[in-house]
Amino acid sequence: MKYFYFLGLIVVLSSAFVSSPVTNQSQPIIKASMDRGKIIYLQRCMACHQVDGSGGPRLNPPLDGASTVKGNDKLKLVRIIIKGMTERVEIDGEYYDNNMSANPDLTDTQIADVLNYIRNSWGNKASIVTIAEVKAARTKIK
Amino acid sequence: MFSFVFSSQIQHHMKKMFLIFLLTSISFVSNANDSIKVNITNQVVANADNAGLILPSGFGALIAADNLGRARHIVATKQGGIYVKLERLVGGKGIIYLTDANKDGKMEVETSFGNYIGTGIAIKDNYLYASSNEDVFRYQLNENGKVTNPDNPQRIVKGLWDKRQHASKSIVLDNAGNIYVNIGAPSNSCQEVDRTKGSKGMYPCPILDSAGGIWQFKVDQTDQGYHNGVRYATGLRNVVGLDWNQQQNKLYVTMHGRDMLYTLYPNLFDTTVSAELPSETMYEINKGDDAGWPYVYYDHFQKKKVLSPEYGGDGKKAGGEKAIDPIVAFPAHMAPNALLFYTGDQFPAKYKNGAFVAFHGSWNRSPLPQEGYYVVFIPFENGKPSGQWEVFANGFSGTEVVKNPRDAKHRPCGLTEGPDGSLYVSDDVKGTIYRIVYNAK
Repeated sequence: MKYFYFLGLIVVLSSAFVSSPVTNQSQPIIKASMDRGKIIYLQRCMACHQVDGSGGPRLNPPLDGASTVKGNDKLKLVRIIIKGMTERVEIDGEYYDNNMSANPDLTDTQIADVLNYIRNSWGNKASIVTIAEVKAARTKIK
Repeated sequence: MFSFVFSSQIQHHMKKMFLIFLLTSISFVSNANDSIKVNITNQVVANADNAGLILPSGFGALIAADNLGRARHIVATKQGGIYVKLERLVGGKGIIYLTDANKDGKMEVETSFGNYIGTGIAIKDNYLYASSNEDVFRYQLNENGKVTNPDNPQRIVKGLWDKRQHASKSIVLDNAGNIYVNIGAPSNSCQEVDRTKGSKGMYPCPILDSAGGIWQFKVDQTDQGYHNGVRYATGLRNVVGLDWNQQQNKLYVTMHGRDMLYTLYPNLFDTTVSAELPSETMYEINKGDDAGWPYVYYDHFQKKKVLSPEYGGDGKKAGGEKAIDPIVAFPAHMAPNALLFYTGDQFPAKYKNGAFVAFHGSWNRSPLPQEGYYVVFIPFENGKPSGQWEVFANGFSGTEVVKNPRDAKHRPCGLTEGPDGSLYVSDDVKGTIYRIVYNAK
């Protein structure tokens, strides 16, 4: 188990140099990352964003289909996870009232995993987020 | 001069569920040139499928209006019109005035006004009161129940906290020239960092100075604010439903309880307990009361106030010795958005002076199915519940089980009683106004 995790880590790290959409080749890696990400999602995110990522109307934005979640601004996504969100902002044409939790205690790996889970679950499909990308993003977040 | 108008709105659907509701009273309608028309055959026809609602035997429902936008609270005039407060502007307007000129039960938009969003709307003594998320406005009503100054209301309260979360300001009036405004706490449980694992609860909770309670203001003074309002009750996280009980001459409220026990304290609670707790609560409020938020929450299984985990609680330790107890405790997270004491004569006697509560429906019960999305009834005697609560009107969501709140097609949000004793329910998903009637015999 540890061996596979290590192997996965290597591949995820190496893929940091190529930010590509999910291909057949990267399926096993993203599967492993998503599986770990799902556990974090159920503990930290599910209460508000729901099991199917549909959110709570006008309270908690949906993740399924959300342009930011599927988008390429990974720095923004890492920032939202680490710092939470308390501003009144329009998200895909709607406003949401609840504050989002800050999660500064999540490791770079955990953040990459949960991002890979939400970016490739339900109707979402997006490129892999690597640990290196999270690490680099974290240095830019104050 | 009297002229008699006989309605010809008799329809001949012969479906099984067909109900005809005959108004028992003759209504006198004064028109512009002072002649009086008398409608003696008013009929309201319930929809064949009761507008999709499941109701107790003998009741029927029809759609009074539809597609209005995000219809929050509603209030009926003495003349039978309805004002609807919108959470999002439609055509730049936040209040809709509905009337039913031909008395067939289908209401038409007569006018709309008010360039602000919000939830609260109420009528007292020929004035209409409406709230934005920061202010409260007052409009003059004419003898037909129509607002005379739609563009120039008196701003009676201004500058209340609008910090996004729990920002809606529900309102109700007493019989002594006061208005009561809910100021919801912009917080889940007064943590240093809201809704964040490991963040401590602040003590004392500084939010309670400006929110998390009911404030009392005068109905007729301009631009009142925190400095001249009275904090009438505190320790109330977010009250969306409130009503003035005329029998008791007293305020009653329904509160939205806290969220995320499991997410914030996975070492103390599992997902099932977190879905089932804490109770949604109804309180009878006396001036100066404290309902205990954020330090305690109510547990209807243990039947006691439990110390919040942010303040050293473990799910068992009691707390809040000085805080009031609820008079009704409902299952968790169902979001009681409106409270109405029924004073009409149309419904059977058991409903008289009892309470209706509109539950907007939960989101915080995942991964269990969501709950609520219905209107309940609680029988009352002498201002106290005299029996268990029961689901009165169900079926708003249009689906057997609501897995996720997005699945609900309609969500009950506001309640008002028409002059004939009909119960109106608003829905803030599609903007449907339901009218529930009792088919006497």
